[in-house]
Amino acid sequence: MATRAIDSRNTVSAVAADDRRRWFRGQAFWLVAPALLLLVICLGLPLAIVTLRSFSEPQWGWQNYAWFFGTPVNLTVLQRTFAISAWVTLVCLIAGYPYAYVMTAVGPKMRLVLILCVLVPFWVSGVVRTLAWVILLQDSGVINSVIRAVGLSPVKLIRTQTGVVIGMAQVLLPFMILPLYSVMKTIDLRLMQAARSLGASPARAFAQVYLPLSLPGVYAGAIIVFILALGFYITPALLGGPRSTMLSTLIQNQVLSLLNWGRGGAMGVVLLIATFVLLALAAPLSRQPHKTGSRR
Amino acid sequence: MASPSTRGAAIDLKSVSKHYGSFIALDKVSLHIEPGEFMTLLGPSGSGKTTTLNVIAGFTEVSSGSLDVGGKSVIGVPAHKRNIGLVFQHYALFPHMTVSRNVAYPLTLRGIANPDREGRVRKALDMVKMADFGHRFPSELSGGQQQRVALARAIVFDPPLLLMDEPLGALDKKLREWLQLEIKRIHRELGTTFVYVTHDQEEALVLSDRIAVFNQGRIEQIGTGRQLYDEPETLFVGKFVGDSTILRGAASTSGNETAIDVAGRKVAAAKRLGDGAKPVMLLRPEKLSLARRGKGGQDRNTLPGRIGEAIYLGSGSKYEVVLADTSKAIVRSTLDAETFAIGDEVDLVFAGSDVKLLADDENADFTLT
Repeated sequence: MATRAIDSRNTVSAVAADDRRRWFRGQAFWLVAPALLLLVICLGLPLAIVTLRSFSEPQWGWQNYAWFFGTPVNLTVLQRTFAISAWVTLVCLIAGYPYAYVMTAVGPKMRLVLILCVLVPFWVSGVVRTLAWVILLQDSGVINSVIRAVGLSPVKLIRTQTGVVIGMAQVLLPFMILPLYSVMKTIDLRLMQAARSLGASPARAFAQVYLPLSLPGVYAGAIIVFILALGFYITPALLGGPRSTMLSTLIQNQVLSLLNWGRGGAMGVVLLIATFVLLALAAPLSRQPHKTGSRR
Repeated sequence: MASPSTRGAAIDLKSVSKHYGSFIALDKVSLHIEPGEFMTLLGPSGSGKTTTLNVIAGFTEVSSGSLDVGGKSVIGVPAHKRNIGLVFQHYALFPHMTVSRNVAYPLTLRGIANPDREGRVRKALDMVKMADFGHRFPSELSGGQQQRVALARAIVFDPPLLLMDEPLGALDKKLREWLQLEIKRIHRELGTTFVYVTHDQEEALVLSDRIAVFNQGRIEQIGTGRQLYDEPETLFVGKFVGDSTILRGAASTSGNETAIDVAGRKVAAAKRLGDGAKPVMLLRPEKLSLARRGKGGQDRNTLPGRIGEAIYLGSGSKYEVVLADTSKAIVRSTLDAETFAIGDEVDLVFAGSDVKLLADDENADFTLT
């Protein structure tokens, strides 16, 4: 009886949704038109031009791509770009996961403070933040002064891959924390109590109940951070050295220093395609199995 | 498999208190539950019944007092090592697991492998009549179905004690009544000790062997439903369990008799209270009858009043009678009794032996949420 009541309610709302959809089909285009126009002019068009020039400069053909894959340095940098992005994603996940969890567990006031701590760096320009890291990480910087003061030998941080990862992880951390938090806040903490009552230790209750339910947030955050990290420019340029160059620096070099738009464009297209391939591989992971269930 | 009588665990709470700062959630609660008994903790919200359940489950540490389950102290034992089944009002099924995996979860934790595990899962789902739903996800089930799965999950590992925290609170009345009978059947078949928390006194009467009535962190009375209804020891129990009419007025005592003056009429009971207690009288609706004004005889146990509300219940009628001192009496009459309309002048008639004399208590009022 109760089931039937729910079913009929679903039917009513389905009809209403259908009506809405019909109305939208006529009107919706005009609502998205401004954003669509902006995207076409500011993203689609430049992208098309860059792609075109990668095939047309200096003459028509595949020469820029042949050059890219034929030059070992380029492949090393491409590989390094993916490796650094993976490290940044991992560091963000390790730092962001417990932070996002605490955000769901504290009271509203403390939560506001924690959200502000995530967002305030957003309001400071990336250049300023990166320069701050230069001061912290340099050989005579704050971190090494502290290390020397406790009597340990100083660590090389600036112009190393480690320094780049630290700086990028700090800048990208909010993109991990916010999707994690938005998923975690929907997890019913009473499920953990239920797991405990059934005999699960707190660690097992976390691993078998909380963690699986938080995975959509993990995937979403990891994909966003990884993709943003792939195209990062300022932070690796300022914190990195020749042995930690990322692809974006090479592109900048080709386009702005050597004025070789063809090669720069080809590198951009390679990065874009690599990103799409990765997204396509990761997409099935972020699907929530219990939402679709056996109705699939 | 052990016989039902040895499968349930006895529970012994002795002088258990729980303080949150200056707030006293439990005030020296003592409660003994027999093995295999169906004990209901009944009370309004905030009365301490859920705190007591959480203390037994291991989610709440006691401030003082002792707690034995199955003859052993469990103070300091973490919840996951107590081996106690627990059913929540909000079902608490794991949304990322199918029904079968939910029910198998406590067995997996205990290292029980297939085919034993599969067999026990099927048996538990059979018991709650959900055997055909094993492959479904919880989001595909109705509330009543989810709660039956939660029940299967809580009994699949044969715990000697099952705790239920308002398990039917989120369901509609018809479904609730049917599941009450199901829970009663499962209790009978398992022989496990059941501790059931509810604020619904009718549900408590349907289900329980005994009921502990909670109010403001204390137990007011422990007894069978009949004992609580027929012989309430406190005014709170009298008002909370079943409908009641409370008579108040200037009291006088002579010998072993107490009388109360209700707007000029004396109502007497053959009992005396201890010194300092202010007497009130309680009458159950079935013990009252109505007669047209002047037809009820002039003996001491009639009170004049006017019908304030008349409700037809199918099996009879329920009247609210406004007495001369503006207090209200609840009367339930059978189908064949004379019927009255709102505004009719009537006499309220009762036998002196049906009057319960109790001590007045300003904490006897409650709100249901």
